[in-house]
Amino acid sequence: MFIVKSPVEQTIELENNILVIKVHSPEISSEIKPGQFLNVRVSETYSPLLRRPFSVCDVEGDFIFLMFNVLGEGTKILAQKRKGETIDLLGPLGHGFNLDDDYQTAVIVAGGLGAAPFPYFVKKIPNDKRIISFVGGKTNNEVITYGLKNILISTDDGSLGFKGTVIDLLNENLEILNKGKIKIFSCGPNAMLKAIKEFSIKNNFECEVSIESAMACGFGICQGCPVESTSNKEKYSLVCKDGPVFNVRDIVL
Amino acid sequence: MSKIDLSVTIGSLKLRNPVLLASGTVGYGNEMSEFIDLNKIGGIVTKSLSLKPRKGNPPQRIVETPAGMLNAIGLANVGVEVFLIEKIPFLKNYDVPLICNIAASSIEEYVECTKILTCEDTIKAFEINVSCPNVKEGGLQFGNDIHAVGKITEKVKACTNKPVIIKLSPNVSYISEFAKVVKEEGGDAVSAINTLVGTSFNIFTKRPKLHNVTGGLSGPAIKPVALAKVLEIKRLVDIPIIGIGGIMNWKDVVEFMIAGSSAIQIGTANFINPNSADEIIKDLENYCTSYSIEKISELTGSYKI
Ligand SMILES: Cc1cc2nc3c(=O)[nH]c(=O)nc-3n(C[C@H](O)[C@H](O)[C@H](O)COP(=O)(O)OP(=O)(O)OC[C@H]3O[C@@H](n4cnc5c(N)ncnc54)[C@H](O)[C@@H]3O)c2cc1C
Ligand SMILES: Cc1cc2nc3c(=O)[nH]c(=O)nc-3n(C[C@H](O)[C@H](O)[C@H](O)COP(=O)(O)O)c2cc1C
Ligand code: FES
Repeated sequence: MFIVKSPVEQTIELENNILVIKVHSPEISSEIKPGQFLNVRVSETYSPLLRRPFSVCDVEGDFIFLMFNVLGEGTKILAQKRKGETIDLLGPLGHGFNLDDDYQTAVIVAGGLGAAPFPYFVKKIPNDKRIISFVGGKTNNEVITYGLKNILISTDDGSLGFKGTVIDLLNENLEILNKGKIKIFSCGPNAMLKAIKEFSIKNNFECEVSIESAMACGFGICQGCPVESTSNKEKYSLVCKDGPVFNVRDIVL
Repeated sequence: MSKIDLSVTIGSLKLRNPVLLASGTVGYGNEMSEFIDLNKIGGIVTKSLSLKPRKGNPPQRIVETPAGMLNAIGLANVGVEVFLIEKIPFLKNYDVPLICNIAASSIEEYVECTKILTCEDTIKAFEINVSCPNVKEGGLQFGNDIHAVGKITEKVKACTNKPVIIKLSPNVSYISEFAKVVKEEGGDAVSAINTLVGTSFNIFTKRPKLHNVTGGLSGPAIKPVALAKVLEIKRLVDIPIIGIGGIMNWKDVVEFMIAGSSAIQIGTANFINPNSADEIIKDLENYCTSYSIEKISELTGSYKI
């Protein structure tokens, strides 16, 4: 784990106000794994005071990429960073996705900005495994496909791709999913993750999800990010340290 | 140039410098050690320990506020037994004074915890949390009850030879009255302050953002309040004070010492920069050199009013 002030190289604007910020950070790029995150201090002032957690979106040599949209104060400041300005990164943090298990096809299920961790994931997936990406949004401007492969799209209003939820789309494609051994990797809004959990259990699929929580420290000292664990009722798991990626069967969503 | 003396004393507790890490913001040291050399800091105060492990409050536990944050962790901790078995061995690797913070929901539980922990040599002092705003059970709001604070001080002192520091609540009218009782009952020092009670609403759902409804406010936002509490105690009671509240840099430390603190604790700042204590200690040394301060302890209570 490092605390590094890293210079911004470029901010790329994707469609629909989604930004990808490219930062020079050899310390972090050489260590970080798909699904891990960084806690970013966007300002030296006390406004905002706390760091902001972001998943690593991609890595290219000494550069790391973070994907976000402007939500509040923190992301607004981040969006205004120009080439040469530095951002203060703390990480790599948490546990990422387990890519090396015994499965043949990685099924990515991403909702909205839940697509953020997957470009790097796609890069790092072992060569002998296939990838299918299911990408969902309420409408077409919530669909983010940056860096994904073999993409199937759903929108709740039918403005792009299949009309329905991403779970409906998965159900439509059950036949493909039942060919060979798959593992689902998912990130997105909590309601979607709940539905993914139900879907995975019903169909007996392996599944890992990346979840969010309010955070202060990001590395296990504040106890601010609890999530109910299914195996131990006496103790919460911590999203920052035990996650943010969990086996979906291990947590209560 | 002669070496600057950064050491301070709190009763019989001698510290190499006045910069401690506050309870609930360092865990039990291991995660922090990835970022900071624990051998350099003045001391570590553990997360509040209770007799039995506590699960803590359901989420959401934290909310950011202007220049601060609210927390309602609910004293999630491993309990004294697990602490002694699993956490102490790590801390034994370091040469850093360990202060054990204890929270309880009855006077008997404070006594029980102290009796169990006092046998452990690594523990150099106790800080008694009578002021956590985030737990309901127990019936007694100790922090607001001057007789309870006196009783706890007396009973805990009776079962340990180690220094006993009482961590006071700022959510009272006259904090100095509490400090006075601590002194009368033999307490060695007071820590001031714990967090201020606060809340925050989601304006769209009209629901509180914290599951616990209220939480404790910390961070730079509370610094002026904390300074005023330290000053009030300093002016009215002759007892060592550990100043806490919104300390982010060396200037804040100097301010707290001028107001009457013998030592200070860094809390919320650890979340933003877990190495801040180390940076602050270096900056304090430079400050002392620049202003020809030979012993940093000279600063304590040096206000001119
Ligand atoms: C592990 C992890 C990875 C993330 N990865 C990404 C990513 O790759 N791209 C992206 O755009 N966003 C990501 N997020 C969410 C991102 O951290 C927030 O969008 C960001 O903090 C918003 O900051 P703001 O100041 O713009 O918004 P504001 O609304 O001003 O601030 C939001 C504040 O509320 C906190 N908060 C309160 N409740 C929650 C909650 N339930 N969940 C999360 N935060 C909460 C935030 O931490 C922050 O302090 C991730 C979050 C986590 C926990
Ligand atoms: C997340 C969090 C957890 C805390 N837990 C405890 C605790 O267990 N026991 C305690 O005595 N104080 C606890 N505190 C209070 C701090 O030790 C400190 O008194 C307070 O935060 C004010 O200092 P600061 O503004 O520098 O953070 C906690 C504070 C925070 C922010
Ligand atoms: S964010 Fe502090 S423990 Fe997880």
